[in-house]
Formats: sequence, C-alpha cells, structure tokens
Amino acid sequence: MKPRRFDYVRPDSAEEAVAVLAEYGDAASVLAGGQSLMAMLNLRVAEPAVLVDIARLKELDYIRVANGKVEVGAAVTQNQLKDWPELGGRLPLLAAALPFVGHFQTRNRGTVCGSIAHADPSSEIPLVLAALGGEVVLRSQRGTRVLAAADFQRGVMTTARAPDELIVAARFPTQWTRGVAFREVARRHGDFAIIAVAACVEDRNTLRIGIGGVADRPAVQHAPISVAADAKDMFEKLAQELEGYDDLHASARLRRDLLRRVGPVVVEEALRCAA
Amino acid sequence: MRRVNKDERTRISFTLNGRAVSGEAESRMLLTDFLRHVIGATGTHVGCEHGVCGCCTVLIDGVAARSCLTLAVQAEGRAVTTVEGLAAPDGALNALQQAFQRHHALQCGFCTPGILMSFTDYLARNPHPTEDEIRDVLSGHLCRCTGYAGIVAAVRAVSAGNSKQPS
Ligand code: FES
Ligand code: FES
Repeated sequence: MKPRRFDYVRPDSAEEAVAVLAEYGDAASVLAGGQSLMAMLNLRVAEPAVLVDIARLKELDYIRVANGKVEVGAAVTQNQLKDWPELGGRLPLLAAALPFVGHFQTRNRGTVCGSIAHADPSSEIPLVLAALGGEVVLRSQRGTRVLAAADFQRGVMTTARAPDELIVAARFPTQWTRGVAFREVARRHGDFAIIAVAACVEDRNTLRIGIGGVADRPAVQHAPISVAADAKDMFEKLAQELEGYDDLHASARLRRDLLRRVGPVVVEEALRCAA
Repeated sequence: MRRVNKDERTRISFTLNGRAVSGEAESRMLLTDFLRHVIGATGTHVGCEHGVCGCCTVLIDGVAARSCLTLAVQAEGRAVTTVEGLAAPDGALNALQQAFQRHHALQCGFCTPGILMSFTDYLARNPHPTEDEIRDVLSGHLCRCTGYAGIVAAVRAVSAGNSKQPS
C-alpha cells in the first residue's frame, strides 16, 4: 500500500527539528532510517500529518566516548555502529546483539536511536540498552533531559518521549568484561525475535540478565554470580513472573518455554567467556 | 529547511546510474514508484512494499537499501544505482550477473534485481565472504523459485574470481 498524504519537512539542524516538533507535537513523526516507520506508513498503521526527516543531520551523526559511556547520535545507522572498530572492545554485548538486528540491508539505513524510539518489546538494541543501564538523551525547546533506559521505555511501543522532544542520542555504559552472551529465537534469521536473552558478567559477584520478547518491555535482572549454578530455577521463576504474550509469531506459552530453555544456555555462555 | 506540503507536487532530482534525472512527485511518493512510474526505470521490482522481500533493493550513495522504505524526496541529491546500472553500456553483463546466469541463480527473475544490488554493495566491502556471510546477506531477500543454492554458488564463484586475497 501507499502512505497517506503528509507534509514532509527536512530541517537543516537539530534546533530547527525541535522547533518543528514544538509546532506540531503529536501530529508529527520523526523519520530517521525509516525501517519501521516507513513500513507503518505504507501499511497505514501510522498516519502522521507531518514527517520530520532527521537522517541527514550531520550534527547527530557521531559516535563518541565520554565519561565512561559510548554516545551514539540519532543519525547513526545500525551498521555504522556495528562496523565501528572500538565496538567489540567497549561494548561486547552490543557487538554480539547487532548482527541479529534486521538484515544487512535494513541495518544500512535503520538507526540505533530509531530502534530505541520504536520500542518494540522484542527488539535487540533497546534490550541491550536496558541490560547495560544506558540512557536516552531528549532535546526540546524546553531544554535537554536524560532518562534512564528503564524510565524511557514504558510499554509496547510506548516511551516517555514527549511529543515535542527529539531523541538526539543514546548512551551505553562502557563494559569492563568479556563475559557476554546474546541469543535469540526467530522464525527466520533477521526476523522479529520471539524471545531474546542477553547476559553479561558485571564483576566478580554480579550478573546482569536482559530478556526481550516476553514482557511488554525489556526485563532486566541483576543476580549474584552464584545463581548461575541454578540458572534453571531462576528462569523458571522469571518465566512465571513475566508471563509472555500471544501474537502472530508465538503464543505466551511458547515464549515462556523458550525462555526456560535458552536462558540457562546464555548465562553459561557468558560465564564461560568471562573465564 | 526543505519542505513539501501534502497537496504539493515538487521537483525531485538525483543521479541515477551516473545520469542526472528529475521528475515531479508528492511528498508521499515512494522511491520505488518514482523510479518505475516517473522515471520509467522498471528494473527495480516491488514485492511486499513493507521491507520484507528485498526485491526493491537499490544502492543509495553506494549503500544497499530498500527503495520501498525510502521516499523519493529522501533521494534528493543522492547517487542512486539500480540493476540497470550494472551491465556495460553495450549490454555486456558484469561478473556478478554472468555468475548468476552460469549458476542458475534465477528462474523467474523477480527477486534478482534486489539480490544483485545487495551483493554489489556487500562484495565491495567484503570481497571474500564465507558461505555463512553470504547466507546472512541473503536472509534479507525472499526468492520463491531457486531455493537459494544457485545464488550462493554464484556469489561464491564471483568471490573466488576476485583478485584480492582474503585479509
Ligand atoms: S518491495 Fe521493498 S522489501 Fe519488498
Ligand atoms: S527467481 Fe523467482 S523469485 Fe527468485
């Protein structure tokens, strides 16, 4: 299908972009890579009156390291970050997860921040951001605020972004460990994950576990390393707690079952990498 | 600031396979439709129109992308390459196209333009991919005819013929 009519605006700066958002608020959608939004426009699931195209904004096209965090600007594509030479050293969990994001062709255009903005509960980048305790930087004419990933993503495709705010960057805390693992189950490689599990050994005593595709947003657990001995029990409990949901791709029951099976494998793999 | 109001038709220009092209379109026109219906370059195919099948893959500034997930106005000022840009001016097929022919990498050919464009980009970045890497790139395409084996064989053949050694 074809999109409904909309006004197209391509600002020359982030300042102009937030001015447009201040003017139109709810009626506007931000277009970056368009790998989710354009499909939604074509299917007429999204019908914004105004489209604000930020893909060409040079000032948002950067990856920089500051204060122990890797900051990724809103115009950076998923493949740009995947091919960033320092990624494996600084963010091994993200390096493990990025190959699962869509396909080569969609990562060429899809942006890191766009995936965070879209907030699909099974999506990999928001999961890693949440698991690492990252942040989202929002800018509007009212100022700039920084939200923790956990406060940003509120539910299925729902975030704390106000209609006049632009996500200008995401910040991933640098990891000091090699002990990471990421796995997901999908119908076809590159499709939406039915479930995804991320684990990273934070220090000698703690493990961080992130689960996508089971709750309405990424679920994050901090667990003592000792728990790994009975990871099975932990994932059994998590499966009960998170419940899962039914959709086109899988039933809630299948999601719980996959979590029970995949979870312990991912934890074991992360511990093995750390050793 | 570039602005196109919803009821307006605007002139959109970019280079297509090295030649300047331009035409009129509404803001909502997809690049696929602009190429096919405004410019008349029908080599780029349209399957699903929501990013799943990969038929519509073109290069935008050298990078493989879904043209059904791109607005024509987003291509303004860019260099777009489509399957029409692969063969030599006299019609001689390039190495990748020849390999597709030789290895039966197409039957109906509907998916082929997109797959050729994906591997044009990918092989330029990684001239000697492993079979897994080839299949990973291919996962972004759907082919209803070939079963993919011929496509993998064709890409492998081209990579074997590439002069640079694996790094
Ligand atoms: S037509 Fe573009 S991906 Fe199917
Ligand atoms: S050759 Fe027919 S769809 Fe691929």
